[in-house]
Amino acid sequence: MNFKFFKYAFVSLLLISFSLYSQHEENDKQPATATENSEQSHPEKEDFNAAELIHHHLSDSHDYNFDFPFIDKIQFHLPVILWTDKGLTVFSSKDFKGDEEGQVIVTKNGHQFKRIHDLIVYADKVGDHVNPKDVPLSARPLDFSITKNVISMLLTFLILLLVLFYTKKSYNHKRMPKGVGHFMEPLIIFIRDMAKDNIGPKYEKFVPFLLTVFFFILFSNLFGLIPFSPFGYNLTGNIVVTFVLAVIVFIITNVNGNKSYWTHILWPPGVPIILKPFIALIEILSIFTKPFALMIRLFANIFAGHTIILTFITLIFVFKNWGVPFASGFATIFMYTSELLVAFLQAYVFTLLSAIYFGMAIKEEAH
Amino acid sequence: MNLLHPETLVFWTTLFFLIFFFLFVKLAWKPILKTIKEREQSIEDALLQADKAREEMAKLKSDNQKILNEARTQRDNMLKEAKELKEQIINKARKEAQTEAGKEIEKAKRVIESEKQAAIKELKNQVSELSINIAEKVLGEELKDKNEQLKQVDKLVSQIKFN
Repeated sequence: MNFKFFKYAFVSLLLISFSLYSQHEENDKQPATATENSEQSHPEKEDFNAAELIHHHLSDSHDYNFDFPFIDKIQFHLPVILWTDKGLTVFSSKDFKGDEEGQVIVTKNGHQFKRIHDLIVYADKVGDHVNPKDVPLSARPLDFSITKNVISMLLTFLILLLVLFYTKKSYNHKRMPKGVGHFMEPLIIFIRDMAKDNIGPKYEKFVPFLLTVFFFILFSNLFGLIPFSPFGYNLTGNIVVTFVLAVIVFIITNVNGNKSYWTHILWPPGVPIILKPFIALIEILSIFTKPFALMIRLFANIFAGHTIILTFITLIFVFKNWGVPFASGFATIFMYTSELLVAFLQAYVFTLLSAIYFGMAIKEEAH
Repeated sequence: MNLLHPETLVFWTTLFFLIFFFLFVKLAWKPILKTIKEREQSIEDALLQADKAREEMAKLKSDNQKILNEARTQRDNMLKEAKELKEQIINKARKEAQTEAGKEIEKAKRVIESEKQAAIKELKNQVSELSINIAEKVLGEELKDKNEQLKQVDKLVSQIKFN
C-alpha cells in the first residue's frame, strides 16, 4: 500500500515538475524582459544567452547547482584538489565566490589560483588570459577536483550498485528473480548471449566487463535524460569519459590478443609479400581507430542529443513568442523519445562492438 | 566538456570504473551469472528428462499397442477357433443325431413291422377262430334237422372239385 502511494506521488511529482520547471525559468526571465523594455542601457548583460546556457550544461563545474522543482537553487561547493609543483593543494570551491571569469584570486599553498569557467589556472604564472583557449598547459596545475561530473558518476555507480545489490538479493537461494531482478535479468542474459555469439567459446571471462560497461553507459544515458538534479547530467556525452572507456576496451583487446591476432596485424596472411608492410601499417592503425570510433560514437550521440533538446527548449526564451513553446515542446518530446531509444542503442552498440573486438583478439584462426 | 583539464575525469573515471567493476564482479555478476547458468542447466536437464520420459512413454504406448494388437488377434483367433469348434461340434452332433435318429427310425420301423406281422397273425388267428365259431354257430343252427344236414353236405360235396 505505502509503496503504491509513493509510486503515484513520484509520477505526479515528475509531471508537475516539468510544468513548474518551465514556469520557474520564465519567472526568472521576467525582470530581464522588463528591464529590456524600460531601459536599453545593459541589453547584452540581461539578454538570454542560449549558447552559454547549453555550454554551461555540457561542461564540467566545480560548483554543484542543485536544480529541483519546489526548491530554490542550492549551490554546493565541491572540493578543489590541485597538484601543483609545491605538492597537493586542497580547498573548497567556495573560495572562488561563484566567480568564473578569473576575477577572484585564491592564494593557497604558495600559489595563486583563479577560475575561468571550469578551468583553474595559476594567477601568478604566465599571463592573464581572458579566453581559456589561450591558456598554455604549463600555466595551470593538474586538476583532480571532485567536480560535478565526478559526483554525477559516483551517483550513477552507487545507484547501479544498489540496483545490482537488489538484483542479486532478489535471487536469494531461488532460481527465479523478483522485483528489480525482473528488469535486470533479461538485459543481463541479452548481453551475455550477445557476448557468446560474438566472442566465441571463451566468452565467459569478458561478460562481467561487458555487463559493467553496458549498465554504466545505459544508466548514465538514462539518468542524463531526467531533467532535474541530481540527474540531467552529461556523462556519456563527455568525450573524456568515453575516452577512458575506449582505452579500457583497447587495453583488454590487445592484452588478450593471441598469436593469430598479432599475425593478422603484423604479417597479414594471404597478401602478396610486397603489400604486407602496407597492410600491416593499416592494421596497426586500425588497432587505434577501432576504440577511437567507440569513443566518438558514444560521445557524439549523447552530446548531440543533449544539445538538440536544450536548443529546442532555449528557443522558447530566445523568441519569446507564445507559439514557440508548442512547436519546440513537441520537438523536445520527440527528441526525448528518440534519446530514450539512443540511450539503449548506444549502450548496446558500445558493448556489442567491444565484444566483437574481444572476439577478434582471441579468435583461433583455422587456416 | 573537460577538454581543457581532461586529467580530472580521466583520473576519477578510471578510479571509479575499476573500483566499481571489481565490486560489481564480486557482489553481482558472479553470483547472478552463476544462478542463471545453474537455472539454465537445470531447465535443460529437466527438458532432456521430459524428452526421455516422453520417448519412454511413446515406447510404452507402442508396446501397449502391440500387446493390445496381439491380444486382439489372439482373441480373434480364439473366437474363430471356437466358432469352428462350435460348428464342428454342432455338425458332428447333427450327424450323430441324424444317424441315431435313422437307426431309431429303422428300429422303430422294424418293430412296427414285426408288431404288424404279429398283429396280422393274431388277427388271422382270431379271424379263423371267429369264423370257426361263427361257422360252428351257423352250422349248429343249420344242422339241427337231418334234412338240412344232408342238403348241406350235398352242397359242400358238390363244391368240392377234384383235381
